[in-house]
Amino acid sequence: MDWLTVFQNSLTQMIGVQAIIYCLAALGLNIQFGYTGLLNFGQAGFAAIGAYAIAVTVATLGWPLWLALFFGILGAIIFALLLGIPTLRLRADYLAIVTIAAAEIIRQVARSVSLNDYFGGSDGISGKYAADWYALNPLPVGIDTALIRFSRNDLWVVINGWTLVAVIVLITWLLVRSPWGRVLKSIREDEDAVRSLGKNVYLYKMQALTLGGVIGAFAGVIFAVAAQSVQPDNYATTLTFFAYAVLILGGAARVFGPVVGSMIFWFLLVFVGQALNNAVKAGYISSSILRPDQVGQIQFMLVGLGLMALMIFRPQGIFGDKKELALDER
Amino acid sequence: MPRGFQLMTGSTSEGGRMSNPMATGKVARRQGYRRGIAFALALFAGLLMAIAPAIAADAGLKGTVKDPTSGTGIAGVVITAEGDGFSESATTGADGKWAIALPGEGTYTVSLDTTSLPSGLGLADPERGTTSIDAYSGQIKTILFPLGDGSAPAPDSEAASKWSQIPQLTIDGIIFGIVIALAAVGLSLVFGTTKLTNFAHGELIALGALLTFFFSSIVGLPLVIAIIIAVLASAFIGGWVQNRVLWKQLRMRGTGLIAALVVSIGLGFFLRYFFLFVFGGQTRQFDQFAGQAGIEIGPVLITPKDLIASFVGIILIGLTTYWLLRTKAGKATRAVADNPALASASGIEVEKVISTVWVLGAGLAAFSGVMIGLQSGVSWYMGFQVLLLVFAGTVLGGLGTAFGAIIGSLIVGVLIQLSTLIIPTELKYVGALVVLILILLIRPEGILGRRERIG
Repeated sequence: MDWLTVFQNSLTQMIGVQAIIYCLAALGLNIQFGYTGLLNFGQAGFAAIGAYAIAVTVATLGWPLWLALFFGILGAIIFALLLGIPTLRLRADYLAIVTIAAAEIIRQVARSVSLNDYFGGSDGISGKYAADWYALNPLPVGIDTALIRFSRNDLWVVINGWTLVAVIVLITWLLVRSPWGRVLKSIREDEDAVRSLGKNVYLYKMQALTLGGVIGAFAGVIFAVAAQSVQPDNYATTLTFFAYAVLILGGAARVFGPVVGSMIFWFLLVFVGQALNNAVKAGYISSSILRPDQVGQIQFMLVGLGLMALMIFRPQGIFGDKKELALDER
Repeated sequence: MPRGFQLMTGSTSEGGRMSNPMATGKVARRQGYRRGIAFALALFAGLLMAIAPAIAADAGLKGTVKDPTSGTGIAGVVITAEGDGFSESATTGADGKWAIALPGEGTYTVSLDTTSLPSGLGLADPERGTTSIDAYSGQIKTILFPLGDGSAPAPDSEAASKWSQIPQLTIDGIIFGIVIALAAVGLSLVFGTTKLTNFAHGELIALGALLTFFFSSIVGLPLVIAIIIAVLASAFIGGWVQNRVLWKQLRMRGTGLIAALVVSIGLGFFLRYFFLFVFGGQTRQFDQFAGQAGIEIGPVLITPKDLIASFVGIILIGLTTYWLLRTKAGKATRAVADNPALASASGIEVEKVISTVWVLGAGLAAFSGVMIGLQSGVSWYMGFQVLLLVFAGTVLGGLGTAFGAIIGSLIVGVLIQLSTLIIPTELKYVGALVVLILILLIRPEGILGRRERIG
């Protein structure tokens, strides 16, 4: 069993593109769920909007990348308004049902045969549409050490991705310390009390949903640029559930919660997957019990169990403050 | 947070929490909890793991080449599997069956030699004469090459047939509505009594179908008996045990509503991939009644199995309605849904009612899964696939009201089928979900819901 490779892959994925994508998705959820208490289960839909905005604008229409980014943000804002207007006046679980349904609508429309010309059906859109951006890469080579390994292009994505994360973390930190952020937190704690103070709760919730959604769209943007392809089934509900696992693992309502959560999540996920894979290949685990193609299923089962266990036994996550996150016993 | 934001606690646990917060009580409860979990997991795993060895076998490919009109096998068709230095051909036997043993894991290209087909026959889709598959050891994959007359199927004359489709689509819609309603009743009742939005409810649907598949196709029981056993087993495992080891404990811990919702998402996620793990990724049909021919009743075509299953579904829904309206236990259930504190004060055992609701809901969901299985086969993902439609039906009728859920589900079912007249069939579920969002915009409390429910 090649433990060094297992470690190398796990560490690489810990700070790799996937970790960035789920960190961004969770950063958005943190504003919605962590600070405002909004149950947005459609983060995959926001990410899909960001990703498809890039792919359709650049690959299909041939317009520049910066315009695509603008469309991505605009699309996320419109989507947030569409979701928020019917549901934000209702109880929390209505938003959950509607957002999860809306994200599925986006995915099914994107993969439909009748819109094949625009969205590429279930194969999605691929091409060298981020080539201009990759051409800006000043790095001479990638990185290849015993601990981490990135190709030249991946390293460029990773550096820019974490810079974007840093900027969003900073914005979040400033926002939640502001009066605006305090209103969000009080909405989470007691909506009626905030309303009685004369605040427009509906408006604040809408702002939180929109801001979180735009951050979620950035997750899709990074995904689309890094992979240079967009596939509808990458934006299934699994993305949202993973993002929730990341958020709750790191600690909701903590500025650095999603960052830490994403790193730990991906390290553990890749480590377990690679270790199991190696164990099966080396014959430590008989292939009659576990086939190599089932390792992913074990990983997913562990994510589900982990999410349950965290929510029951440690809802504040690793670094969260139990008092801050008034989700459990009160 | 207002008190109503917590999962409802029954009278017993409420009292227990106030009068007995001491460590001893907690420890005893924890131990009971752990034993309960171990018991349930062992039972559950044991039952489902039993499927795995029956499916596993040597690596290989198999299939049957059939005449599209008569349905009989065609002999003498050559099929070739190639990959990584390996190449082997097989010729179909008199029954049209072929099989190729593979040397091991890897990606193989399987192709059908169209020149070996009898004259007048060709592939239904000429592009599907060659497929690429990933083979794993311990797996025999079935590969089908659908045949036709060699040319692409002629498109229907659309406009003329559209209106004549309405009766058929309505019947299909009502059957689908019954499927959704069976699942929605449980979802709605659980929500009504405990305020839990259960995102793992879809897995109860899948559980019923998977257990039916296990008892009928692997144990070999007649399908009807398999269905009865599977529904009862799901009601016990998915209802009583699930409530007992998980949700009752969470209620006693005072877990918040949102936390419980996230727990149900984690549970559903875990169960889905557990089902995938033991059952595999394919969609399978029950052995019996798989390709039943439809009978024509007036303008509509319906298979006898669907007709009987829908009839049983209607009876089950009718019995549930009767139970809710006329029996003491049903009235108690409605009382708990209405006002648990008052119900508890009036001497109703809230926990007992909740337990009954779980058992009933899980059993009905299981039968809903059986109906889906009869129509379109059993897969690990089937529960989550319909869950959002179940939610749509429930919300349309009004969350928490059983009757609303039934009516809402029937509307959603008919609407989905009729919408195919206007929008492409592949987008029919999208239409239903859009309606769900619109309903929330116009009448968020649903058809039969009451305004105060949605706070």
